[in-house]
Amino acid sequence: MIPYLRPDNLEDALSALSEHPRTLLAGGTDFFPARVGKPITDNVLDLSGVESLRKIQQTADGFMLGGLTTWTDIIEAQLPPAFDGLKQAAKTIGGVQTQNAGTLVGNICNASPAADSVPNLLALEAQVQLQSVRETRMLPLEEFILGNRKTAKKEDELISGIFIPQPAEKGRGNFEKLGTRAYLVISIVMVGVVAELNESDEILNLKIAVGACSPVAQRLRLLEQEAVGQKLKSIKILPAHFESLEPIDDIRATADYRKKVVPELLLRAIKGVI
Amino acid sequence: MSTTEKTTVSFILNDIPQTLSVNPLRRFSDVLREDLGLTGTKVGCDAGDCGACTILVDGEQRYACLTAVGQLEGHSARTVEGLAKNGDLTALQQAFLDEGAAQCGICTPGMLMAAQSLLDRTPNPTEPQVLDALGGVLCRCTGYTKIVEAVLKAGQTSASEATPPSGSAVGSRMVKVDGKQKLTGEEIFSADHAPEDSLWLRAIRSPHPRAKFTLAHPEKVLNKYPGIVKILTADDVTGNNGFGIYPHIKDQPVLAKDHVRFRGEAVVALVGERDAVESVSEEDLGLTWEPLEAIRGWDAALSGKLEPVQAEIPDNILAEGLLKKNDVEKAFAESFAVAEGNWTTSAVEHGYIEPEAGYARKVGQRLEIFVCTQSPYMDQTEVAQVLGLELEQIRIIPSAVGGAFGGKLDLSVQPLVALAAWILERPVRCIYTRPESLASTTKRHPVQMRAKAGCDKDGMLTAYEYHGDFNTGAYASWGPTVADRVPIHCSGPYFVPNVFAKTRALLTNESPSGAFRGFGTPQAAIANDALLDELAEKVGMDALDFRIKNALRKGDRTPTNQLLENSVGQLECLESLKSRWDSWRKEAEVFNQKNTKLKRGVGCGSAWYGCGNTSLSNPSTIRVGINGEGKLTLYNGAMDIGQGANTIMVQICADALGLPASQFEYVMGDTDLTADAGKTSASRQAFVSGKATQLAGEHLRAQIIHLAEATENATLHLEQNGTSGSGEIIVADETGEHVIVLADILPQTNGDVLTGEGTFDPPTTPLDENRQGSPYATYGFGAHIAEVEVDTMLGTTKVLRLAAAHDVGKTINPTLVEGQIHGGVAQGLGLALMEEYVQGVSENLHDYLLPTVGDMPEIEVILIEDPEPLGPYGAKGIGEHALIPTAPAILGGIKHATGISIRHVPATPDRVFTALQEAGKNNG
Repeated sequence: MIPYLRPDNLEDALSALSEHPRTLLAGGTDFFPARVGKPITDNVLDLSGVESLRKIQQTADGFMLGGLTTWTDIIEAQLPPAFDGLKQAAKTIGGVQTQNAGTLVGNICNASPAADSVPNLLALEAQVQLQSVRETRMLPLEEFILGNRKTAKKEDELISGIFIPQPAEKGRGNFEKLGTRAYLVISIVMVGVVAELNESDEILNLKIAVGACSPVAQRLRLLEQEAVGQKLKSIKILPAHFESLEPIDDIRATADYRKKVVPELLLRAIKGVI
Repeated sequence: MSTTEKTTVSFILNDIPQTLSVNPLRRFSDVLREDLGLTGTKVGCDAGDCGACTILVDGEQRYACLTAVGQLEGHSARTVEGLAKNGDLTALQQAFLDEGAAQCGICTPGMLMAAQSLLDRTPNPTEPQVLDALGGVLCRCTGYTKIVEAVLKAGQTSASEATPPSGSAVGSRMVKVDGKQKLTGEEIFSADHAPEDSLWLRAIRSPHPRAKFTLAHPEKVLNKYPGIVKILTADDVTGNNGFGIYPHIKDQPVLAKDHVRFRGEAVVALVGERDAVESVSEEDLGLTWEPLEAIRGWDAALSGKLEPVQAEIPDNILAEGLLKKNDVEKAFAESFAVAEGNWTTSAVEHGYIEPEAGYARKVGQRLEIFVCTQSPYMDQTEVAQVLGLELEQIRIIPSAVGGAFGGKLDLSVQPLVALAAWILERPVRCIYTRPESLASTTKRHPVQMRAKAGCDKDGMLTAYEYHGDFNTGAYASWGPTVADRVPIHCSGPYFVPNVFAKTRALLTNESPSGAFRGFGTPQAAIANDALLDELAEKVGMDALDFRIKNALRKGDRTPTNQLLENSVGQLECLESLKSRWDSWRKEAEVFNQKNTKLKRGVGCGSAWYGCGNTSLSNPSTIRVGINGEGKLTLYNGAMDIGQGANTIMVQICADALGLPASQFEYVMGDTDLTADAGKTSASRQAFVSGKATQLAGEHLRAQIIHLAEATENATLHLEQNGTSGSGEIIVADETGEHVIVLADILPQTNGDVLTGEGTFDPPTTPLDENRQGSPYATYGFGAHIAEVEVDTMLGTTKVLRLAAAHDVGKTINPTLVEGQIHGGVAQGLGLALMEEYVQGVSENLHDYLLPTVGDMPEIEVILIEDPEPLGPYGAKGIGEHALIPTAPAILGGIKHATGISIRHVPATPDRVFTALQEAGKNNG
């Protein structure tokens, strides 16, 4: 039997992980729902006491969102307009209760296709900071999430932060979420976007990703390329821009529907940056 | 079994330092409830989906069910018990009480804590701020309207009447008699109490919709888990291993033997220490399944390709319903316009926030069962026959009920805990998990229906034809009742001279479909109102004018040929909506001229519903007693399931007796203490039990008047003297004051010295082979209009506003009636737009979607009072009427907005989008 541990510093947490594989617990908003009516038999490393991980730091070249950054922390933080999409996503996750407890890192580690943080973090070109006693390594988020519920995190690693490279000064974020009710919504489709415009509202730079339409949210790079130079208000979305999406039928909607509403959501997300 | 050892956790709880030695990974909600006795924090899902467990941690709202107790170390928590100080309600709690924001009360602690976290930061919040703060807590009763009002009005004075004076209780906004305890966390729901030494029971349930199973070595479990005391199987059932609501159909086993007929059916019950019963796996038991091809849906039920669901019913047709009035074929042939169509609806979950729970204990040669129920007397009968005991050996003690809506009419935990407690001679408790509750209890019937309506050139209805196949699942439950009620109601509250209706309840390997607010009528109303809209268009009439023209009026005959002599307020309901209808429709059309992607429309839905059982005796008996000290008790067998029966019965009795409502105490539903007041269903309690209550009050009054030798119009004054000394009744009339010294009278039933009793059985007549006759003593009527906005590019629908007009005969308590209507609207909105239960898929409250606070429209309630002479002070039912018109009104709104007729509900975004696309109407 391995005792429950709730260290108050990162070193102890890493050291515990180096000894035994453990289930990591932070906000608990995915951990407990997966264990309804079942005894909890996991060997748990509870990270919620590592206060040093709960901060958002501006660095020379970007922002480091500490590993325990909650949705509420994102909503309340002073961040550049490029983070607006992430902030909007934060406000639509579960209820305020979930926003107060749930962490961004938990959301990416859970690696659900419908994880609301992911399209936004992809549009922000987020990097994941994986830490173990062996090393600290950075992975682009696209390389971190490998599939549905699958990540590149090794057993002795934890995610100590999410790094967002300094967004362009004029970068603006936006988020479109499609769901069936007003609160407590799991997305049918969502789009995260960061766009940079010139004075005449022409697109200088676009980063855009779609979630819940493939095992992992996807950046739409062809659209990103072709958007450059277009006027925001008259931007064209073509089928080729999102043909890589492979949505499925589930309880929330049909695959066919998902694919058909994507262009409208892309338009709304892009046009909504201003 | 948990691998985690106990650790010490120190934190502040409701301002008091706590240090616990506890498994740090336990949910904080569980520790609060089971270790600290703070059961005010409720558990509805254990998954962060319902918000009933919302507490404050360091002042911020959190789900206690998603918080490991170890994470509280060094933090400060507040629960609902930490709000009121010294019994004084906070401004927020007082506002909840005054506004009627708590109905059943199960979500109330979570709502209060979520709201408190907002008010602590923002004392005067805006409505959008309130919605955001409450967005993470689900309520199934109130439609959220009064909750939002309460938060906005916290600290302000209100229009409620805590203590209406003698003779004016009926019609007042008296606050709920059980309101305060629902706000402080003191109310005891089914999972909130069990004897200290109770064993726990967990049922092992089928993961397959149809399968054979074998149980190889259950005894091995006893060796591996010393905490397991007993493993119950079908062979342990001491009486009849079958239950069901009809005396002649007991088709659902308590524990299945050899094979199962739906996913979620119980096969084994483990009894023992909690940790042990939660830890045993199917492998431990040697449980192996041989899955069989399941019958799913209507077509499979009728195809005859697979073995029937129940061997005794080879065609899978459990029951049929029929109604035949005059000659529809001839009438259609002669009609100026005919409209027809097909519709299907989905299985809908009751979604009460309180999962089923309770305990049983043996007391002498009797069993006491504490449980959430809406039918204590039926439970008593059922448990007695399952255990093979006499009726008198079973006592049902109802808990406060955290929502029911028809879903707690059937048995759930009752036979399991009863059997275990009887065999083991120890108290046994059981609390369903949310997935278990969803998988194992009844649903609203999915129906596949075809309907046709005709009218003449002036727009007078000529004929209505309806065929409905109701998927009733694996067992009967209330399937035959649904098949029976729908033909009577399917043509709506309109005069139709020729009607033909045929229904079937079909057995399938799906969740048993049972009773759910409306017994099939809400589904049938969807077809009915859609056809009325279509006919109106065909004859060039406004859709509301068409309804007004055809509304049932006094002197009309119903499809069963019943003459309606009294209390027929449909016309007034429709007329009261007319000015709103005209202006809303005009505004929508103006909006639509300016907008291409968003389209608005206004639709109308209608309801009528017979109060009480169909052509069957369904009496209620209510007693009221005064004891020697002057304690005045209403023995109310009419279960309060949140709707307010406890309160309105006190109001009615108070005025009938002539004493103030504030002097009453009440007992609810205990089969040892109250008489049988039937079940809380079919919108019958206000009407039937209400009348019995009035008669009981009048009976007691007559005895008092007689004892005092006073005259009829005397005024009464009751002196209550606590537990010592004698109570007195002072009876004053024109001849002076007469004093009755209560202690001088010999105590009788329940220790009371004077008892009044009233019984009322609504008069009905049997129906003939064409179902002609008078099935109900009275009907409630109503209509809703709803304005919706459809995003035609995405298929999403938002209900913007809704006006609901209902003829309730007489409003006993406006606050409670409004609450019923708001809640009915919320459930109707869910039925129309989002609720769809799929076995094995939506067995949680994030895949099964209940409307949230942000989904509700602005609701305006219009109460019409066309008194029912048989009812108490003219009152009749509202429970089911409140829900029936909502979905048709919303779907009519979608049609008006887009031209699209939705034929499969719920109208989810993908269905609406696809329909728009097929019609080429989503090009923006």
